[in-house]
Amino acid sequence: MTIADRWLLPDGVEELLPEQAEQVEALRRKLLDLYHTWGYELVMPPLLEFTDSLLVGLGKDVDLQTFKVVDQLSGRTMGIRPDMTTQIARIDAHCLKRDGAVRLCYAGSVLHTRPKTLMASRSPIQLGAELYGDSSIDSDIEIISLMLETLRASGIANITLDLGHVSIYRALLAEAGLEEEAKQALFDALQRKSGTEINALIAAHVCQPQVASMMQALTQLNGGREVLSEAATVLAAAGEQVQLALAELGKVADSIAARMPDVNIYFDLSELRGYHYHTGLVFAALAPGLGQAVANGGRYDDVGKVFGRARPATGFSTDLKALLQLLPATAAQSHKAIAAPNSDDLALWQAIQQLRAQGERVLQTLSEQTAVAACDRQLVLEQGTWVVKPL
Amino acid sequence: MNNDQDIIIALTKGRILKETLPLFAAAGIEPLEDISKSRKLIFETNQPHVKLIVIRGSDVPTYVQHGAADIGVSGKDMLLEVDGADLYEPLDLQIAKCRLMTAAMVGRELPKGRVRVATKFVNIAKQHFAAQGQQADIIKLYGAMELAPLMDLADIIVDIVDTGNTLKANGMQPLDHIADVSSRLVVNKAAMKRKHQRIQELIDKLAQAVAAQN
Repeated sequence: MTIADRWLLPDGVEELLPEQAEQVEALRRKLLDLYHTWGYELVMPPLLEFTDSLLVGLGKDVDLQTFKVVDQLSGRTMGIRPDMTTQIARIDAHCLKRDGAVRLCYAGSVLHTRPKTLMASRSPIQLGAELYGDSSIDSDIEIISLMLETLRASGIANITLDLGHVSIYRALLAEAGLEEEAKQALFDALQRKSGTEINALIAAHVCQPQVASMMQALTQLNGGREVLSEAATVLAAAGEQVQLALAELGKVADSIAARMPDVNIYFDLSELRGYHYHTGLVFAALAPGLGQAVANGGRYDDVGKVFGRARPATGFSTDLKALLQLLPATAAQSHKAIAAPNSDDLALWQAIQQLRAQGERVLQTLSEQTAVAACDRQLVLEQGTWVVKPL
Repeated sequence: MNNDQDIIIALTKGRILKETLPLFAAAGIEPLEDISKSRKLIFETNQPHVKLIVIRGSDVPTYVQHGAADIGVSGKDMLLEVDGADLYEPLDLQIAKCRLMTAAMVGRELPKGRVRVATKFVNIAKQHFAAQGQQADIIKLYGAMELAPLMDLADIIVDIVDTGNTLKANGMQPLDHIADVSSRLVVNKAAMKRKHQRIQELIDKLAQAVAAQN
């Protein structure tokens, strides 16, 4: 065993030292307080549960993403949560069993067997909010507003909102009637926006010319607000579901543009992130300085079904550690402390307790210690009373 | 550092650069100095907010995926090897065309069970032989693949084949065609969304340049 073996942490697993830890915790409190003011109730799901419930209804990707252990009590396999969303869906569908809108929020550590992106942490702190029981676009607007407000409250500027809608592709795909293998190949090419491959696949597998041209057009439908009017023209022949989706996108964009005019809105009608469980609007927030989305979410109406109650659902989540990276490093200047001498004087103790109750940070000097670096003031005895003086 | 005003384009040094620069020139982007004669790594262009960086071909997907560069030019072989890395590849530049193939010694029979495969494309080789239902032991090498069968280090190689002359000169023949390779324009997903207008404009111009060349 070399010395490195004693201190080395696993890849992508990090600890937060005082300054960062304080920033993350301050951010966590601030954001949970924000969600509280929006009426979201905090829940704390367990760190691990049986894979049967943790991974139900999710794809192979999530399964591979999950660290697993065997429960010595029951012999069943347990997974350490890689994502808290299913846990929250289970709480809403099975534990709360309330009717109507339920608003829940959460913050906690999750673990990934491999990082989601090259530089991502394997132990992010996931923080998010979910809204159950309402299938109207109003709940999507509320969730998107809260996602943007989360970034704003964290101090991030120049936010881009990325909007998509999986129903559009799903509806076109249903009309095209592709074989499973071709579907997979097309899905893969669409995620890479590889025009050449997409066109070749469509030419080879989609017989109806109208559907083929609409699918080809879909890959070009990304950009600013003009995308929606373009889509209305080129997808005019598509079914009712597509028109409904376009109308929803327009409504969301109108509301967000009015509420937060500084947010830049981008549309991508072939964005298929989370296609396997999302059922409607999908959205993400991007910020300068990060090569990936900083927060994302979408509608996932069917996830509760496996827990016995299909409930409309929409929500978003972000990673506190990723948020922290985007923030300017603020020195912990505001928390300068007061040095107090070490003495058995009861009056000193009372003075210290009084200051602490006011939110001051008071450090009592220990035996041999004289100067305290973290302090800018000190408690001194003047004419029988303890007073704060600059150090 | 990649900031919001700049568009950073990652290019590869060497032969591919000679074919890439005319396309970018046609799209209105030209380096202010001769890249092939300079030891610099970052180059200003005639456009104030467009910069070029010149790196190894296998590093282009990494730079673009991280967002350290917004745009890159990368061989399809590299993209297949990193398995569709989280990138957009909106345009086939149709330059540096070649094929990704398996090859073996002429006249030497392949073993019945597991085959030994030498390649620098470990992931591509794994996927290819798995799809064939063939167990394979992959040996990662960094160059001169043809030497591996000659020295009996491997039975098969997976490599880029252009004219096939190197294979022939070493007593080898191409076997399976795995993929056609050419250089692709790759774009960071977040940059595509955040700097859409400028990037889309560049893609459109490059597409015109590619069409004009072919």
